[in-house]
Amino acid sequence: MKNTSLPKPEAGKDSFLLKVGLAEMLKGGVIMDVTNAEQAKIAEDAGGVAVMALERVPADIRKEGGVARMASIRVIEEIMKTVSIPVMAKVRIGHFLEAQVLQELGVDYIDESEVLTPADEANHVYKHDFRVPFVCGCTCLDEALRRIGEGAAMMRTKGEAGTGNVVEAVRHMRRVHSEIRNLTLMRKDELMAEAKRMGAPFEIVVKVAETGKLPVPNFAAGGIATPADAALMMSLGAESVFVGSGIFKSEDPERRAHAIVRATTHYEDASEVLNASRELGEAMPGLEISQIPDEQLLQTRGW
Amino acid sequence: MHIGVLAVQGSFSLHVSMFKSIGVEPVMVRRSTDLKRLDGIVIPGGESTAFQIIMNCDDLGANLLNAIRAGMPAWGTCAGAIILGKGLGNPQPRWELIDVEVVRNAYGRQVDSFVTSLNINGFDKDFDGVFIRAPLFQNAGKDVKILSLYNNTPVMVKQDNILLTSFHPELTSDFRVHKLFLDELVSK
Repeated sequence: MKNTSLPKPEAGKDSFLLKVGLAEMLKGGVIMDVTNAEQAKIAEDAGGVAVMALERVPADIRKEGGVARMASIRVIEEIMKTVSIPVMAKVRIGHFLEAQVLQELGVDYIDESEVLTPADEANHVYKHDFRVPFVCGCTCLDEALRRIGEGAAMMRTKGEAGTGNVVEAVRHMRRVHSEIRNLTLMRKDELMAEAKRMGAPFEIVVKVAETGKLPVPNFAAGGIATPADAALMMSLGAESVFVGSGIFKSEDPERRAHAIVRATTHYEDASEVLNASRELGEAMPGLEISQIPDEQLLQTRGW
Repeated sequence: MHIGVLAVQGSFSLHVSMFKSIGVEPVMVRRSTDLKRLDGIVIPGGESTAFQIIMNCDDLGANLLNAIRAGMPAWGTCAGAIILGKGLGNPQPRWELIDVEVVRNAYGRQVDSFVTSLNINGFDKDFDGVFIRAPLFQNAGKDVKILSLYNNTPVMVKQDNILLTSFHPELTSDFRVHKLFLDELVSK
């Protein structure tokens, strides 16, 4: 395979273990979108396990339009200097140069994200060649398995970012889990036909059918705005939650961030989720999905 | 034997599976009431700032600290070692239950994470040490027993009822360190 224009193949044999290993450390936690060092500090002090550096939160990208790109290096560097928790940053789908730049910079995780404007309508980044781990979004199982085939070490639901509406994240999480359950019921001799139908790598289809779970951690993202939203996603099988616009577009980001962290830890205990939900101030304004024109949906980017 | 695994965040479910594979059914600790009747506790990998903030939402942090101070055996992996040890930097205050400084993220960022073969005292074969944004142990006091070194730096240390590893045995399928914790600290 010709490989000259792709990133330096430095990823060693233990690379995937280390990539999934960091995702394991982030389990049961909340990863928060931030646009500057001050917000990053608030996120860390609220108990966030990582921050996602980006130029504009999804709600603003949705409102202002234009091309959304990787965040400015200066902002990402300031955030890396400010907090001791891992720093993630987003790249456009297929933009492996943005990804190489972020690897050089030393970010801890890259999100190849549909929230930014795609750079390639056909191809995603070949993630196995990187030392830095990647997270990617999915709406269903076959999409998740294609991304894992390309080397993603963490999956998340796409949801519908920037809406404050959790309905799409719920749909995507339920769909992934129900499709996994269906795979586990199939006979071995049916899995090749199923892999063909799904358009997903056969070896990974077989692995999921055998183990009943994804080979990488599966987190929730897209539209989570309240402590109860976070607890709902954890109850549906998410292993952590990403909160984008939900924190810094709300009335009291410090309190809300802390409350979402608490509800994520104690998602099985409604009395704790109640405590976390008290006196939070206003949540971010929500958007009804049916009011969004199809061409403005973010979840249909990537495949 | 009642073993607890702090489960506020992090790699707790991996520790739970490791203990199950050697016949111990651990308790996931999220509230003070979960601490009752424990014979030992594991503080897993994860983010030490998040652990501390979540534990301080209620009295879990204070009660766990008191229990370990009173002698409960405790093993910290990575973030857990940061909580149990001494040292400056986030998060504060450290519990200072063992006489060693633990410097957070001192091996670098995620791109500097690595796997290496470790020689551990008393193990006849090497152990795969998985280091992820690992903390560095330094200035160990004279009562601290060093059980393993990497590049002349301690990566596994023990003093009285406290065991620290800067690596993650829970990310492997090798349960020898889990067994060592049970045999040499809990059952002692």
